[in-house]
Amino acid sequence: MGDFSILFQHLANGISLGSLYALIAIGYTMVYGILRLINFAHGDIFMLGVYITFYGILYTPIPWWLVFLIAPTITGFIGLLLEKIAYKPLREAPRTTILISAIGASFFLQNLGIVIFGGRPRAFPVPRILNRVIKLGGVSINVVAFIIPTVTVLLLVGLNYFINKTKTGMAMRALAKDYETASLMGIDVNKIISITFFLGSFLAAVGGIMWGARYPQLMPLMGTMPGLKSFIAAVIGGIGNITGAVIGGFILGLGEIMLVALLPRLTGYRDAFAFVLLIIILLVKPSGIMGDKITEKV
Amino acid sequence: MKSKGKPSVILVVLLILTIVGLFLASKFLDSYKIRIITLSGIYVTLGLSMNLINGFTGMFSLGHAGFMAIGAYTVGILTMPISMKEMNFFMQPIVPCLANVEWGFLPALLAAGIVAGLAGFLIGAPVLRLTDDYLAIATLGFAEIIRVVFTNTQSLTNGALGLKGIPNYTNIWWSWGVAFVTIWFMAFLIRGSYGKAFLAIKEDEVAARSMGINLFKHKVMSFSFGSFFAGVAGGLLAALLGTIDPNMFRITLTFNILLIVVLGGLGNIGGTVVSAVVVTVMMEALRFLDESINLGFIQLKGIPGMRMVVFSMILILVVLIKREGLPGKTKRV
Amino acid sequence: MKRKLGLLLIVLVLLLSSQIGYGQKADEVIKIGVFEPMTGANAAGGEMTVEGIELAREIKGEVLGRKVEIIVVDNKSDKVEAANAVSRLIEKDKVVAIIGSYGSSLSMAAGDIVKKAEVPAVGCSPTNPLVTLNNDYYFRVCFIDPFQGTVMARYAVNELGAKTAAVIQDVTQDYSVGLSKYFIDAFRELTGDRNSIVEVSAYNTGDQDFTAQLTNVKNKKPDIIFAPGNYGESALLIRQARDLGIDVPFLGGDTWEAPEFLAIGGEAVEGAVFSTHFTAEAPVTEESGVFLDAYRNKFGKEANAFAALGYDAYMVILDVIEKAGSVDSQAIRNGLAKVKGFVGATGIITLDQNGDAVKSAVINKVDGAKFVYLTTVEPD
Repeated sequence: MGDFSILFQHLANGISLGSLYALIAIGYTMVYGILRLINFAHGDIFMLGVYITFYGILYTPIPWWLVFLIAPTITGFIGLLLEKIAYKPLREAPRTTILISAIGASFFLQNLGIVIFGGRPRAFPVPRILNRVIKLGGVSINVVAFIIPTVTVLLLVGLNYFINKTKTGMAMRALAKDYETASLMGIDVNKIISITFFLGSFLAAVGGIMWGARYPQLMPLMGTMPGLKSFIAAVIGGIGNITGAVIGGFILGLGEIMLVALLPRLTGYRDAFAFVLLIIILLVKPSGIMGDKITEKV
Repeated sequence: MKSKGKPSVILVVLLILTIVGLFLASKFLDSYKIRIITLSGIYVTLGLSMNLINGFTGMFSLGHAGFMAIGAYTVGILTMPISMKEMNFFMQPIVPCLANVEWGFLPALLAAGIVAGLAGFLIGAPVLRLTDDYLAIATLGFAEIIRVVFTNTQSLTNGALGLKGIPNYTNIWWSWGVAFVTIWFMAFLIRGSYGKAFLAIKEDEVAARSMGINLFKHKVMSFSFGSFFAGVAGGLLAALLGTIDPNMFRITLTFNILLIVVLGGLGNIGGTVVSAVVVTVMMEALRFLDESINLGFIQLKGIPGMRMVVFSMILILVVLIKREGLPGKTKRV
Repeated sequence: MKRKLGLLLIVLVLLLSSQIGYGQKADEVIKIGVFEPMTGANAAGGEMTVEGIELAREIKGEVLGRKVEIIVVDNKSDKVEAANAVSRLIEKDKVVAIIGSYGSSLSMAAGDIVKKAEVPAVGCSPTNPLVTLNNDYYFRVCFIDPFQGTVMARYAVNELGAKTAAVIQDVTQDYSVGLSKYFIDAFRELTGDRNSIVEVSAYNTGDQDFTAQLTNVKNKKPDIIFAPGNYGESALLIRQARDLGIDVPFLGGDTWEAPEFLAIGGEAVEGAVFSTHFTAEAPVTEESGVFLDAYRNKFGKEANAFAALGYDAYMVILDVIEKAGSVDSQAIRNGLAKVKGFVGATGIITLDQNGDAVKSAVINKVDGAKFVYLTTVEPD
């Protein structure tokens, strides 16, 4: 195995991991863009998405590819419901209050997961077609690792079209820019927020399915770390910016892999890398790579 | 609670009553109940220290587990008998400069607070410029970094193996003594000019700044004090359990404290004290939710984890119901 | 306001003394407490252990003519909870002995409490040497990490003819770090080569991506990879290794023995070898046969090592009570300290001066999505 193929192997690993972060980060960034809320429960919605897919494949006669579409839709509605119950009543409340509600919701979903699904890890049923390895020279790549970045890029293009070209997308942007004015302009705020949560949760579930196919272990607490890291990816890219979230995801994924590749002595510190990166970004350029300058509104 | 001129008689009576109560408790209750009461005292300190940061200045920090870890390890390493250290660090010897220290509890507790407070200062100084949610995630990140570092620095913390054999100094008096000092300190702080400044910052940062309040100084100060008490509480916990490891100090620990603060009311000293006790006691009293219930004719199988579902539901409900009771700073943009 | 607070506090203290009040009656039931993780990170291990304990009680539910009751308390895989749970068992439930816990750190949290209360505790599977250290009231029916690590190094060198090895450890798990250290020491000694460990890599519990670590390992071309850790993470790790084209044998520890390891790992974990306490395939004692049949009857599946250890912990305590003719905690402790040649399901158990079991280890291999017995390794 030559040096080059090792480097390529690391790059391939990094891109595959990064695109997963990117997928989940999109949902984070959309919600934040509109509500200015860190949806702490996003990682747990992601977890629900994986479990729903798991049960759909194993316990219903529905073919797996159809489950891959139905499960995110169900998850989308759960996300929508979450907003209605835990966030909507607090829309006029101080920001910390919503944040606490979000933390509570996250805590609740995790523990509900433990009660319903049990604390023991499960194996995600990866469809055989996705479970193959392709060898390119000295580089081995799992098929899923090819599919994930493709899905991420397709979704990115689609979402950008949706947000920039459709009426609903325009309303979303207006809401993100100036909440008060947008609502005065006759935009149905509740509807737009609902759509945002649906889309964000839908994408979290898609990310969850991809995650499950790549790392087929399910646990009620599986959403915490990916959730936090994806949020960090969103901040790196500039929160509120979808393209930024994807770029942030790739930076984080590649960064984590490269840390291990270049500084093998620090592998034990890998989990701290994302947080260190977050703090550096927050201190140096809080608006992120693609973000607008944040000004304090008085 | 705030800004009443003199320390009222009621407060003194209350103090005496509690001391008598604690005395009776330590005389007549069994060690399990005493343990829960002791733990409550530690949670009172933790709740108040988080409230100092989150409730009084309206910053939102989720870094408590990290500061507790610092305090716990400081106490653990400083108070452990020398022979015990040798036994503990059987994989990699402890760094020589710490191998031969064996402090008393009080100096070790103070050291725990100071080290944690210092860490709070060093961490706070750069990140406190951030606004609520960014600050929340940054402090949470710091707590995680501390945990990862403690896991990896084996010659300092014994890594994942943890420390065992920390002398059990913590008793009902230590834990509630510290709790009272914390209460007193907080009350003192709130009544003084610092308290007014803290409140001003919470109500309206921009206005406070234009009034000539040094925002940065006050924020860093409240953050450092909060970390100080979190560190002391961490030290108390270490000496209560007698053993610690980095995995104890995960995000869930911070969430538990947040629950106490929210239930007690952000910025409310008395409320925090009561809610800390209630939460700690309920955590034990609600164990029946996890266990099998025998109704005589039918045996209901217990579902482990039900307890925590109930607790998180309470958290959300409280937030939803008393949204006005949770004063914060910025209205949404 | 303050008066209300004072009242509340007093009410709470009262509540504390009444609500969690004693339910104990002066009946003849002997109570044995069990604290195991039923939720949280170690839930699977706790569940398996409790299965074994419950089975043991069904088989032998009486001693000295009195009924035995087991009281299971969840410690949530959390140290503070573990300490509270054990304290509760002793004070509220008045148990005479305690069994638990899966997860060495949780057992350690109980250590000081059982020592102070002078109630003996028997651990089923905590393998960290610190658990019983300096504690006359803590015992365990399993071997400890130094032995297990050495066993695998011997197997790698003698049976597989390995000359080089890579180690991937979970730095947040004490047993993973411990096993790795003893494996490395023994492997170096056996090969007589300081450089025979070509790579030591690390990850954290909960990590799901190990491709970077594995790519580094692949580059060093070791003969075998020793990767003790939780079965979930380990299964993912081996899966990713196979995807990366790493085809050398994987070696691990007793935690791999869980059905989830096979389910999550799938074809990738075929051929994985690990040391454990027990195997369903090669009954070591007569008691193993009894246990295996009973387990099959009750749960309709093959037993695992953790259930067997739970079973043994319970049986050892009952045996000691029987011999001592007393349910006094002190008498039980003294009896436990003298356990010698007890015939358990997991082998012949003799407790040494630390309270640790000196017994053989079993090496299993994954073959055809099953755990297949390879060999037994006797203690020195």
